[in-house]
Amino acid sequence: MNTYYIKRLVSMIITLWLIITGTFFLMHSVPGSPFNEERRTNEAVQKNLEAYYNLDKPLMVQYGNYLKQLVQGDLGPSIKKSSQTVNDMLGRGFPVSFELGFYTLLVAIISGIILGVIAALRHNGFIDYLAMSIAVIGISVPNFVMATLLIQQLAVNFPIFPVATWQSPKHMVLPILALATGPMAIIARLTRSSMLEVLTQDYIKTAKAKGLSPVKIVFKHALRNALLPVVTVLGSLAASILTGTFVIEKIFAIPGMGKYFVDSINNRDYPVIMGTTIFYSAILIFMLLLVDLAYGFLDPRIKLGKKEAK
Amino acid sequence: MEKILQVKDLHVSFSTYGGEVKAVRGVSFDLHEGETLAIVGESGCGKSVTSQTIMKLIPNPPGKITGGEILFKGKDLIKLKEPEMRKVRGANISMIFQDPMTALNPTLTIGDQIMEGIKQHEHLSNDQAKQVALEMLNLVGIPNPEIRLKQYPHQFSGGMRQRIVIAMALVCRPDVLIADEPTTALDVTIQAQILELFRDIQKKTGVSIILITHDLGVVAQVADRIAVMYAGRIVEIGSRREIFYSPQHPYTKGLLKSVPRLDMEKAELIPIPGTPPDLFLPPVGCAFAARCPYAMEVCDKVYPFKSQLTNQHSVDCWLQDERAQKLVSKY
Amino acid sequence: MELRKQETLNISPDIPDEWFTPKEKNIKQAETVVRPSLSYWKDSWHRLLKNKLAMAGLVFLVFLAVFAIFGPIISPHTVEKQTLLDQNLPPSGKYWFGTDDLGRDVFTRTAYGARISLFVGLMAALIDFVIGVTYGGIAGYKGGRVDNLMMRFVEILYGLPYLLVVILVMVVIGPGLTTIILALSITGWVGMARIVRGQVLQIKNYEFVLASKTFGTKTSRIIRKNLLPNTMGPIIVQMTLTIPSAIFAEAFLSFIGLGIQAPHASWGVMANDGLSTILSGYWWRLFFPTLFISLTMFAFNVLGDGLQDALDPKLRR
Repeated sequence: MNTYYIKRLVSMIITLWLIITGTFFLMHSVPGSPFNEERRTNEAVQKNLEAYYNLDKPLMVQYGNYLKQLVQGDLGPSIKKSSQTVNDMLGRGFPVSFELGFYTLLVAIISGIILGVIAALRHNGFIDYLAMSIAVIGISVPNFVMATLLIQQLAVNFPIFPVATWQSPKHMVLPILALATGPMAIIARLTRSSMLEVLTQDYIKTAKAKGLSPVKIVFKHALRNALLPVVTVLGSLAASILTGTFVIEKIFAIPGMGKYFVDSINNRDYPVIMGTTIFYSAILIFMLLLVDLAYGFLDPRIKLGKKEAK
Repeated sequence: MEKILQVKDLHVSFSTYGGEVKAVRGVSFDLHEGETLAIVGESGCGKSVTSQTIMKLIPNPPGKITGGEILFKGKDLIKLKEPEMRKVRGANISMIFQDPMTALNPTLTIGDQIMEGIKQHEHLSNDQAKQVALEMLNLVGIPNPEIRLKQYPHQFSGGMRQRIVIAMALVCRPDVLIADEPTTALDVTIQAQILELFRDIQKKTGVSIILITHDLGVVAQVADRIAVMYAGRIVEIGSRREIFYSPQHPYTKGLLKSVPRLDMEKAELIPIPGTPPDLFLPPVGCAFAARCPYAMEVCDKVYPFKSQLTNQHSVDCWLQDERAQKLVSKY
Repeated sequence: MELRKQETLNISPDIPDEWFTPKEKNIKQAETVVRPSLSYWKDSWHRLLKNKLAMAGLVFLVFLAVFAIFGPIISPHTVEKQTLLDQNLPPSGKYWFGTDDLGRDVFTRTAYGARISLFVGLMAALIDFVIGVTYGGIAGYKGGRVDNLMMRFVEILYGLPYLLVVILVMVVIGPGLTTIILALSITGWVGMARIVRGQVLQIKNYEFVLASKTFGTKTSRIIRKNLLPNTMGPIIVQMTLTIPSAIFAEAFLSFIGLGIQAPHASWGVMANDGLSTILSGYWWRLFFPTLFISLTMFAFNVLGDGLQDALDPKLRR
């Protein structure tokens, strides 16, 4: 265990704490009580409810309580669905969302890299233009548009795949496709440009001068170096996939976290909004750590601990 | 001495967005067994293109060999298909590039990079390949080869990396080694060590070396013969003595006057005025005419014939014509 | 002149003797540059003109701007007017893009959506420019501890998922056009700040800047004459890429119900409304807003790519 990991861990905790604090005070700065919006609950009931959810205490006390609960892994109760806790919801939603997100990332990475590498190897050829056209379209078409397009074509016009829900692998195809095109396009473009850059490097010329086959040059010498910049964007891509799950889960009626999140936004269920945000942030921070580790693994020049420039 | 490599009337062009650049326009030379031939010239004169063409490493497109022959042991490399050419690269002819900092793959261990060449060309077990790699590291003078084999390029200094690059090039015992500006990126003291290493290797392995450089100091130390290139052509070629002590082409003379020399009393450096011509539209006549202090009307009109001065020394210059001699004596 | 006397002198019989006379000295000619040298901006513009895809993007954006400005004016219908007798009509001479379930004109609403999208995109780019360039410029120019501190803050913001932050802010201050722009500007400038800072740090140490410093040039002049022109390329590229991401964010927020609220029109709102029509066959309600979102994003992206290529000094040959 070197000092880098400790430093990294500390900064992760600080970032997470900032997010928790920020979200908490943001949520509590919303004017009015969450209970007096729609059905006119009478005053006594409202008081009772507020007491039940500790909303009558001073803000700092509430904040302290919330942190205390958090440390124990308790994200508190839902206000709108009284019988449920945030933990229940996340416990149910997370596995589904994770499945969706994981497969999406997998599809995006694999197809993006393949597309990018082929485009780079056929630089300025027909395949290059084709791949890059697909990529620009992939970036330009928002995921919710892609989702509706896919449903219209592959579920309604040609009923190949089911329209919604999350039951079998067949149900997963359309949501994953809709969610993966954007990140795939970004990866493809990045891989291509980075591959093109790497292919002009002297060590590629050296490898050619050794008489290595093109396949060996691409896979052994070029790809690993070309993927370094790709790895650095994986963190932010994971973030965009994550927010993408909100709409995709909503459109395809997938019972994941994103759906709970959007529902909780729509009916102002603050503890759920807060809990989900914190949970999402934690996942993202963890993803960024993984990316860092992967980077250190791929590039021997980076000794974790001292980030030296190339 | 056997001729191991013969380049005959080589033409190479690059099609670029501004038009066709004729980078090499009829280069011919022979390389003998065990000798060092230096190709010197300003940047952009086509010397690197020539060397990469011998390896058939110029990217196509935009580069294209438009004529000539490259005979390696009598076999024309230009006619070889890519898979056959791959068997030549690294095994028979290998190449060293200018900057040792970028010539090594940063993400692979140097052992891996040295061994992959020999594994590609000869069927050796990992242990045998490693043995060869160790020998090579010894040959190029890297201490603790066992440990060094497992390290990455960034753990070596510039001079050490160039030694590794040389070891990599020599691992299959090639007949010809092409070194493209092998010392340019190094400190002066390291340069001397690397040049010493070249001499040492040549003595031990008998490899023929083509040394591409713009540095006449380097040439003076190691070259047996020197070819001077200008604007895509070899304008003068001869033994080291002939080029240094009786240069015939005004360009060669200009080059020699523009570098400091210890054996000259008046150490005044005279630069060559002007810049090389644009190879989009190479001049019909002698490309140097525009910068040449002795230029005559003929120089712009017709390219000079080759004048064979001794069995090794030849020059392309109109001043060799009898009628020009009268003019020259007026100066 | 010490030409060694040769025993065998050559004579080329087919060359006339009179050509062996000294040539007019014209060394200057060798030094004239063959290619006309264009200024950086002119050269970049020429390269952009040659990029067909980028030009197509530019043309579409001009068309879009015209559509956004004049579309609602030339249309005989208004954005919010409901004609309940004309529900879900397909495109026709009366309703060019058809009508929605409340009998509102889709053409007018799409044009109005273009206004919203362009406005959001341009405002985001403007805010990006003002905050990002100032922040990044100061951090890069000051360097040292100021830079360190400022960048630490940027790192934290950068680590936050952009849309998540925007969503939270929207939840708190409530939906609407102003809040969208406000929310977008909270973390939107971070990317720009990083780019500008990197550029400034790099260029600050270039020798031509050091040279003008040693001549005692004023700081403001160095920034104006040296730093700005040299950082302008990446800044413009970043701005063209901010616009589509802001447009996407607006559409996304409106789509999940946090952005523009009915009865106002936005492409995101219209797409969300149209979503339910997939099964009913009222395709025009989904088709037009999504087509416009996609084309707009596409146009900005290809224009951004084209600018990136055109403004990259490394690509200048």
